[in-house]
Amino acid sequence: MHAKKHNGEQQQASLLQAEHDDVVVNIRDLSVWYRQRQVLHDVNLYLRERHVTALIGPSGCGKSTLLRCLNRLNDLDERCRINGEVMINGRDIYAPDEDVVSLRREVGMVFQRPNPFPKSIFDNVAYGLRLLGMTARVELQEQVRQALQAAALWDEVRDRLHNSALELSSGQQQRLVIARALAVQPKILLLDEPASNLDPISMLKLEELIASLKIDYTILIVTHNMQQAARVSDFTAFMDGGELVEFSATGELFTTPKQRRTEDYITGRYG
Amino acid sequence: MQNRHSQHISREFNDELETIRSQVLRMGGLLETQLDKAIRAMLDNDQALAAEVKRGDAGINRMEMEIDAACIDVVARRQPAASDLRFIIGVFKTIADLERMGDESKRVAKMSAAERASVLPVEINAELRHMGELVQGMLHDVLDAFARLDDQAALAVARQDERVDAKYKLITTEAMRFMAEDPASVQAAMSLMWAARALERIGDRSQNIAEHVIYLVHGRDVRHLPLDDLFNPQ
Repeated sequence: MHAKKHNGEQQQASLLQAEHDDVVVNIRDLSVWYRQRQVLHDVNLYLRERHVTALIGPSGCGKSTLLRCLNRLNDLDERCRINGEVMINGRDIYAPDEDVVSLRREVGMVFQRPNPFPKSIFDNVAYGLRLLGMTARVELQEQVRQALQAAALWDEVRDRLHNSALELSSGQQQRLVIARALAVQPKILLLDEPASNLDPISMLKLEELIASLKIDYTILIVTHNMQQAARVSDFTAFMDGGELVEFSATGELFTTPKQRRTEDYITGRYG
Repeated sequence: MQNRHSQHISREFNDELETIRSQVLRMGGLLETQLDKAIRAMLDNDQALAAEVKRGDAGINRMEMEIDAACIDVVARRQPAASDLRFIIGVFKTIADLERMGDESKRVAKMSAAERASVLPVEINAELRHMGELVQGMLHDVLDAFARLDDQAALAVARQDERVDAKYKLITTEAMRFMAEDPASVQAAMSLMWAARALERIGDRSQNIAEHVIYLVHGRDVRHLPLDDLFNPQ
């Protein structure tokens, strides 16, 4: 029922997409089932290059599931079944010949809880580079420095690169994890509620970082914090019950949402 | 919008918005009284009533400040979005217009000086009275549109402004004719023009409020658009 009702909206979204030539991710009619239960219903969404897109919606609305479809993280769960298309730079990432390892290098991800490895700061950032076979010490040092600088952490850790990453504050750990993701030079960054465990100052620093990262990266952020979505994103998608209800420029969605469900959610009339 | 939408999860937030809404309506009611007194003072040359209008303006100024503070408080604490945000913005603008209408009412009352009646023909009073009625009607209707968040009623108010403007033009033409015909009437004709000017401004500000109502209902900024375009599809 609901899926039918919103198809018009979604078609409109794909039409809008045709107007932009900087679309790097294009999700078409994406449905996901978890065992028998359908958790995403015909989602259509696109991400524009070097823009921040926020996914908002109540718990269980499918926003994290959608995020995980972009680096095929859902593949790791065999109870999960996917139908539809996810195109990244014109390539169908669910095609049989897709190399998932290189996909995940291209699409970096940062989780809700900072998850540094119990290693030194340096080794955390160098981890992916070493996996890729980089061994030259000077080159490693240079890449680690660049990644830490991009993640706005370099100045805070440059004198203790070989200390344990676990000594860092949680805000610093979150930026370290971002540096780790940036080190392998992804094109797209997926952030799954990256600020929900941070104090307000660390949160603002992270938002500041997101603003600086979009100069080079395409970012999709899932957040529970609507003000945060409003602050950091260029576009916002509102999801509810596994459907993409509305997708607009952020300023527009937060002042004049087109759908009653969006209105009720962002004004706190939900439920 | 409190009427159009379900309630907030936060009842306190509901109450705050509802309080602001009723405060705006109370401020509007106060202004209606002021304008009524001002027009009567002007038409009847009633100096005592004019003095009352002058004193009464402080109440309107005070209400503007109170509502302003309540809106700032909501913005700071609730970070309103969507229709709530548009409501708060609409209120900010509406009370600024109401406050200036209070000032214009004082100007209307000031025209109660006795000299006009003695010099100008009686018919001109009828024109002024009629213009006053039109403006009072606009104010009344726009407050009603605000109370009910009725965009159609707001549009109807915006349309009425054309009649007020026509009346204004007629009165100024007459005033200029008096001045040309009889130099002794210059002072009275000038004061007539000032009164009409103040009424015309009140009409304009009612139209502004009508536009704020359309904005807060639809989220569309209709300022500086021809009336006929207001409800054409985008």
